This record gives sequence, structure tokens and C-alpha cells, in this order.
Amino acid sequence: MSEMPPLSREEMARYSRHLVLPEVGLEGQRALKAGSVLLIGAGGLGAPLGMYLAAAGVGRIGLVDFDVVDATNLQRQVTFSTADVGRPKLQAAAERLRGINPHVQVDLHQVQLTAANALDILRPYDVIVDGTDNFPTRYLVNDACVLLNKPNVYGSIFRFEGQASVFWAEKGPCYRCLYAEPPPPGLVPSCAEGGVLGVLPGVIGTIQAIEVLKLLLGRGETLLGRLLLFDALAMRFRELRLRQDPECARAGSCQKVRGLVDYDAFCGITPPAAAAATVAGEITPADLAARLARREDLVIVDVREPHEWDICHLEGARLVPLRTLPEVVDSLPRDRPLVVHCKLGGRSTKAAEFLRASGFENVLNLTGGIRAWIDSVDPSLQKY
Amino acid sequence: MATTILIPTALRAFTDANARVEVEGRTVGEVLDALVARHAALRPHLFAADGRLRNFVNVYLNEEDCRHLQSTATAVRDGDVVSIVPAIAGGR
Repeated sequence: MSEMPPLSREEMARYSRHLVLPEVGLEGQRALKAGSVLLIGAGGLGAPLGMYLAAAGVGRIGLVDFDVVDATNLQRQVTFSTADVGRPKLQAAAERLRGINPHVQVDLHQVQLTAANALDILRPYDVIVDGTDNFPTRYLVNDACVLLNKPNVYGSIFRFEGQASVFWAEKGPCYRCLYAEPPPPGLVPSCAEGGVLGVLPGVIGTIQAIEVLKLLLGRGETLLGRLLLFDALAMRFRELRLRQDPECARAGSCQKVRGLVDYDAFCGITPPAAAAATVAGEITPADLAARLARREDLVIVDVREPHEWDICHLEGARLVPLRTLPEVVDSLPRDRPLVVHCKLGGRSTKAAEFLRASGFENVLNLTGGIRAWIDSVDPSLQKY
Repeated sequence: MATTILIPTALRAFTDANARVEVEGRTVGEVLDALVARHAALRPHLFAADGRLRNFVNVYLNEEDCRHLQSTATAVRDGDVVSIVPAIAGGR
């Protein structure tokens, strides 16, 4: 950490509630000003993190994100206002953070974090915060933190449930001690497929923000070695012990990370180029529209849930939620092509595999789900 | 000898939306077997084809990861709580 910077009169007034806390005080506030944090992901978790850390006076805040603000973000990403829809997230977030506290330096990294750029982007910061939304980036962030020996403040959310911890390979467990391997793609739905309660990232993101402040202050007990679980439906917090892999503990450092790898391959994800090519058993929205226009006798099977059907559905489709498919499979016609779809294509891939395994010979999966259909064929349907 | 198994949100679709299931068994392995015997659709989410616990699903006996105990052979006592904690990645 660099030399402790002084505080101006205006800063002293601004941070008065910190200065009267013996655990922070003038020295602690100067440590926060000298400190730096990198927030990876300016989304649901990144929103409370960025705003509270800026307000608290952390001297330098780096943001990594390459997305633009979408209408579906506004339910939980409270950094953004309605007028920000369509703007780059970092541009909107930087304005908000500088508006909250002009004494904070905000660095913008408008790129996708990759194995090629991760070490250079992370290196200048004291604390790294993982607020990403996918397994490849989570393993990448973890491994880069291990190699650079930096604390990684972890938070993750799904539906009504959250997890938080602090990983620090030199002092304790890392993400690979918690989960040695990611689930295969498609098994665990994303928040876009599975949904997330809007306030949930607020709870988990603020817990992460508190851990960042404690790390910079060198005060209190962090979540290092503990996994905090939050269940919003039951309104219950639980704490589980998180142990370093015995082999890493013996060696005094992580023995699983030797360098950065190809994280898409590690997580079993097909490169987009291959996925975009026409795949056997897939049908694009444009092709489906063309076949329907020719009045081909297709059966469209929507494997989403009833509450999603109520938001939008294809005309003439039949609703068969994925979990009920085994029960109704015998009532589906075997002599006509079946087109299965869901919201984004994940659940319908599983449905198509199940139908083929059940002896259906002509099953097509709608690539990209009803979302792609709305984008490329029928924008009059309600998007979600 | 009842043991409570806590079911995470992501897997409640396979336990008739139950957040907790009470089962009988002498070891972690036995209570998990009893759980998937009652809710068969859960099996592929917890166990690989060779019957081993999947790597991205952690099972805790009270606060301790059972991999750091005797894995599925760990003895359970009356009133113990077994938690299933799968990897989640959401954040945006």
C-alpha cells in the first residue's frame, strides 16, 4: 500500500461518521483513501459495491465490464437510471460514482476479462472483488488472484440464495478449495433463465463491500475460511467452514493453479464460432418462421414454466414444462416434426435430448429460444 | 434417527418445493441414498454415473464439508443437519 495521503477539510467533514469510529478513525480513513479495489462486473453485485465503496472513500475504484445497460437490468442494478438504457455500463457507473464522491479515482476497464489481460488489469489493485455472472470468469478471477497473491472477495447469487466468502491463497482457501470443478454447461441455470430477486444482489454486494473495507483497514474478522449462505425466502443466514485443500495447506500456497488456462474449455463451453454454425437438430428463428409460413405441420413444444408462458408465447405452441415432460411424452405425436423451445435454449436442449432418447426421430431445438425469436422474428411479443 | 437435509433453491424443483427433507440413515451416504430414493429426479444432480458425489456439489454435515471428514461414510447422529450446497455463478 502506498504512503498514507492526507485528508482535506472537506473530506474530514464528509467522513465524520467514520472518523468518530475508533476502529476507523483518521488513520483508517487515510488507509481507505490509499487503498484500491477492482470490481469485476458492474451489474447486480457491482451496483451496491461501487456506490458504497465510493461513498466510504476508497481512493481508487476500478471497474471491469463491457456491457451496455439493458431494461432488464433496472430491477436490481441500482447504479443505473431508466435514462441510462442503451449506454455503456461503465460510462453510466462512472458518472454515478463520481457524483457520489468526487474525491475517488474511478478507473474504467471496458473490456472482457480474459486470460490474456487479467494479470495486467488486476495487478495494480489491493483487493479484487468477484461480481461476475459465469463460471469461466469466476475461475479466471480466482486463478489470477492466486498467481498475484491478492484477496478475492467472492459473492454469488441465484434466485433467492446467495453465497459470500473471502479467498486468499496465501492465507487460506481459494475458490478451487470450495468447488474444484464447475458444473457442466446447462446444468445450473443462469439468472437470466432462473431469475433472481432484485434485492438479493443488494444484500450480498453490501456484505462484499464490508469485507473490502475490513481488508483495507486491516480490522475485524473477514470471511476467510468461512462460506456465508443467505436464503432470502427463509430469511436465514448460515455459515459453513471452508478449509484449504490439505495439500495446499502443507505447501503454504495453492498447488492447483500454475498459470492461467482456457477457461471456456475448462468449463466445457463450445467456442461461439462453432456454436453459431448450423448444428444438426437445431432450427433458427428465421427458418422456423419460414416453415410456419409454408404451413408445414410442425408441433411447437414450449418447455418453459406457466408463469413464463403468461408473459409471452408462440401462437399454436403447446406448454409442457421441462420437469413434466417424462409424464406427457406419450401424448406427443411421433409422426410430425417437434420444435422445442424455452427462453434462451438451455432447457430445450435437455428436452430435445430426452425426446430423442425416448425414440422421437424428428426433434428440432429453437436456437436462442423465444428471446431470439422476439429479436429476429416477432418484436411485438413481450421480452423478459 | 431422523436427519434433516437442507435443499438449496436450485434443487427444490426436484423435492416438491421442499426446503428440508427428513430422512433416516447412519451415514451421510445412507441419508443421501434415502433422499434420492424418495426424490428420484434429484439423483443425476447429486451423483455422477459412477455413483460418486459430483465435484460441484458440496455436502456439509452441520458446518463441516464431509469431504474433510470421512466423505459419504461419515456417521450421522440424531438431530444432525446435512446441507447440499451446489456451485452458483450469478452476479449481474
